[in-house]
Amino acid sequence: MIRRTSISFILALVVASLAVACGSSSTSTKTTTSVAAATAAPSPAATKASGKLILATTTSTQDSGLLDVLVPMFEKESGYTVQTVAVGTGAAITQASRGDADVVLVHAPSLEKKMVDAGDGIERALVMHNDFIILGPKDDPAGIKSAATTSDAMKAIATKGARFISRGDNSGTNVLELNLWKGVNITPKGQNWYEESGQGMGATLQIANQKNAYTISDRATYLAQKKNLDLAILLQGDKALLNVYHVIVVNPAKHSNANVIGARAFAAFMVRADIQKLIGDFGKATAGEALFFPDAGKPDPAP
Amino acid sequence: MDLIWAGLREAVRMLAHNEGDVYEIAWRSLVVSGSATVISFVLGVGAGSLLAFRKFRGRFIVMTLVNTGMGAPPVVVGLVVAILLWRSGPLGDLGWIYSKKAMVIAQVIIATPIITGFTAAAFTSLNPKLRLQIYSLGASPLQMLWILLQEVRLPLLAAVMVGFGAAIHEVGASVMVGGNIAGQTRVLPGTILLQEGQGNFGPALALGIILISMMIAVNALFTWVQLGIHRDVSRPHETAHARADTPTVRTWLNR
Repeated sequence: MIRRTSISFILALVVASLAVACGSSSTSTKTTTSVAAATAAPSPAATKASGKLILATTTSTQDSGLLDVLVPMFEKESGYTVQTVAVGTGAAITQASRGDADVVLVHAPSLEKKMVDAGDGIERALVMHNDFIILGPKDDPAGIKSAATTSDAMKAIATKGARFISRGDNSGTNVLELNLWKGVNITPKGQNWYEESGQGMGATLQIANQKNAYTISDRATYLAQKKNLDLAILLQGDKALLNVYHVIVVNPAKHSNANVIGARAFAAFMVRADIQKLIGDFGKATAGEALFFPDAGKPDPAP
Repeated sequence: MDLIWAGLREAVRMLAHNEGDVYEIAWRSLVVSGSATVISFVLGVGAGSLLAFRKFRGRFIVMTLVNTGMGAPPVVVGLVVAILLWRSGPLGDLGWIYSKKAMVIAQVIIATPIITGFTAAAFTSLNPKLRLQIYSLGASPLQMLWILLQEVRLPLLAAVMVGFGAAIHEVGASVMVGGNIAGQTRVLPGTILLQEGQGNFGPALALGIILISMMIAVNALFTWVQLGIHRDVSRPHETAHARADTPTVRTWLNR
């Protein structure tokens, strides 16, 4: 009996040590196969790089599924192992400003400008855009459907005291929402109709759905979640609701262990013509409409 | 209720077609949490025996911290480990952030207090005269530890099950230090969180069912061993051999 227990324990130890040993080698296997695959097909890069690239990005780009298509393509082509961490725009920019990321793909122009001004980011480039929409209960108690502009709609919600769910998480969506309130001189924080979820767009949409409240969402996440929601699109198309994505390279002068070559390669990849076309086509098959609009090289709507 | 049935059907379908790399993710969960549990076991038994048998100053404080550690919030553990492992942190040069190693470290920190606490409690519950008897028969400290481990193998098995459960189900630390990166550090709880965030409740439930099934399978193995031990220990006609003290000691010292 003692032997049976001992054998079980020893077996467990052996399996575990094997597992950890195999675990640490799996990343290197992945890089070798991607290199092999890349050399098999014609590719623009003459020599394959190697090493890790930390891409800090938003939950919306992650949840839309766009990065699940683009990142493996970039990895195969370049040879880098990309560690995509989807943490939300505010967190991504903070992380990059500490030197804990190599490149960021985010959508909060005001925060991005601060990052570049502080010297943490360089070569900020326009990649794509989509738009935000204001969602709410079908019966529209605040009557924002008839609002001429987004400002009017925000004022109507505040005046009526209609329940509004904010992301409250320093994400790109949250930053835009807060700027909209600022634009109409309203301080929603602390008011009893204003609730902050502190979570991602998916969770926030669910809360707004369950509580019959208004909220601002990016179109891509809304389309992905539509089947679970009873909310209606009550306002869209206003220039103020434009959702612009930029890619920023972390400044190697300030953060010496940033992988600037890899970061520049990724930035170049994102604005390349064939990838831009892919971005424009993304979503047409699954959601029936384009989720992102490629913008590289065009005049920057949020410079 | 339909969602739950849909979840069950979805689970079967995901396993049948390996949808969404579910095998890779499940295996990674098992490997990471399994390694963490083994390491925690070694550390926990060592620390637990020290706590139980050595009277040292500050023993009360350490014991309190261990008991608190059993319920330590994984998100806090994850944050602290991340701060240490980030490139900007003190251990940044190791390059361990967003790797399986980092996840194992975080899970070890979560599981070790559990196993330490259980081990210390189990050893403390032993008859103190047993240790004296073993010493009097000429055992070295290491032999003593091995013999005593046999005595407490039932609570120890329970400790391992709880430690493994804590490691495999936690999501806050794994996502924070691992990054929940597809194909690299994504494990089951992180995937469930991701699916929930995307509003895919069917797949989220399915993954939850797969995770729980995995835990049942692992614990079934442990429980089988546990009941096997219990059966041997309580057979009346084998009392002389199965009794905890002298025969076990003699067998080990004379082999």
